[in-house]
Amino acid sequence: MNARPISEDDLQAYVDGRLDPARRGEVEDYLDTHPEAGARVAAYMDQRDQLRAALGPVVEEPVPSELNLAHLVEERRRGRHDRFGRSARSWRDLAAAVVLLGIGLAGGWVVHGRVAGPAEGVGALASEAADSYSVFAADRVRPVEIAAADSSDLVSWTSDRLRHPVKIPDLKPSGYRFMGGRLVPTAHGPALMLMYDDDKGTRLVMVTRPMAADRNALMSQTRTGDLTGFSWARDGIGYSLVGPVAPGDLHPIADEIRRQVGQSV
Amino acid sequence: MDDMVTLLEPLIPPLRRYARALMRDRAAADDLVQDCLELAISRWHQRREGSDARSWTFAILHNLAISRMRQSKRRGVHVPLDDLQQEVVAQAPDQDQGLRQHDVMKALDALPEEQKNVLLLVSVEDLSYAEAARVLDIPIGTVMSRLARARERLRHIMEPGAQGGGEAGQVLPFRQRRVK
Repeated sequence: MNARPISEDDLQAYVDGRLDPARRGEVEDYLDTHPEAGARVAAYMDQRDQLRAALGPVVEEPVPSELNLAHLVEERRRGRHDRFGRSARSWRDLAAAVVLLGIGLAGGWVVHGRVAGPAEGVGALASEAADSYSVFAADRVRPVEIAAADSSDLVSWTSDRLRHPVKIPDLKPSGYRFMGGRLVPTAHGPALMLMYDDDKGTRLVMVTRPMAADRNALMSQTRTGDLTGFSWARDGIGYSLVGPVAPGDLHPIADEIRRQVGQSV
Repeated sequence: MDDMVTLLEPLIPPLRRYARALMRDRAAADDLVQDCLELAISRWHQRREGSDARSWTFAILHNLAISRMRQSKRRGVHVPLDDLQQEVVAQAPDQDQGLRQHDVMKALDALPEEQKNVLLLVSVEDLSYAEAARVLDIPIGTVMSRLARARERLRHIMEPGAQGGGEAGQVLPFRQRRVK
């Protein structure tokens, strides 16, 4: 029974559940007869429980897409990552990559604004929406300026700025929650950006503003890298919905928005 | 490559948790995890065949965290404590529980970095003492002594009355506590 003295290491290992059953029994007997050590070990176990409770929710969070392993592996394979200079490339290689990217994108009828976006109409709006997406959807700290909880403030403020009654589409039936929005600047004046996300953390951005050109335009699809967009205009107001979602999945959501905003406010 | 994904993917949530506990800021923590994963992917072939992927990856994260924290110390970046707490203690099941978790995170802040690391790896990440020793690149004996010091220090912060030589009146009924 008292073959081996109880050590401090035994007490720590007891707290962490790392003793074999025989030794555990010996430690328990010791703690029962040494209340001071017993109280100390009880406090340690309590600490352990509290730390785990405080930090536990982190592992339940959906993993953000920046940490998607498949994406990271793919980016590395393409040699696009040089945050550490490990796959260091020369500027010439980088320039070549940009040119190739541009050629790849030019296949669509609209390309990303920074490459050669159309200056007017729903094509311009689609570029603006893609720009807003790349700036704000990637922001994990403050993606929106006014949160969903203050929707009425957002609506009254932006309706005033856009000089048009704004309506926030409800995308819950499509699985996307409204996160909030902000006013964004465009070459054609202020626009309203709304952001939505789903349970996996996928974010969608919708940008809407008054249109000078293309006051009415049928819905058209754009594709920029992984980003899909659907844009249209009606009665002088343009809408563009973008997200890292397959066109087949985004199209019905765009249709739903068009249906909702088409109804009288 | 598939082997890499299979081994690394389940580690991402725990890596995020450890990074969050160290950095206290969600964006900074995830940034760190991203750097860690990128390094792990690029150095995967340097890993010894059959070696433990978890300690190897945590070691990368740990080293990145250390250098990141040194940088921010030099730059004098300081985030107010209360912001940190709200960020880390995301959802409190009830208020009392929330306050206690707030306390424990606050107390954790008062620990020296090297004690905090050991405590988190062992208590929260459930690493064995040998694994923690590998991650931190220190002998197991050092892990044990830092762990003991961390726990004792935390106890004194959280229960200011706690004493090395306790009086019988303050002693908790031990058997009751163990039911979990």
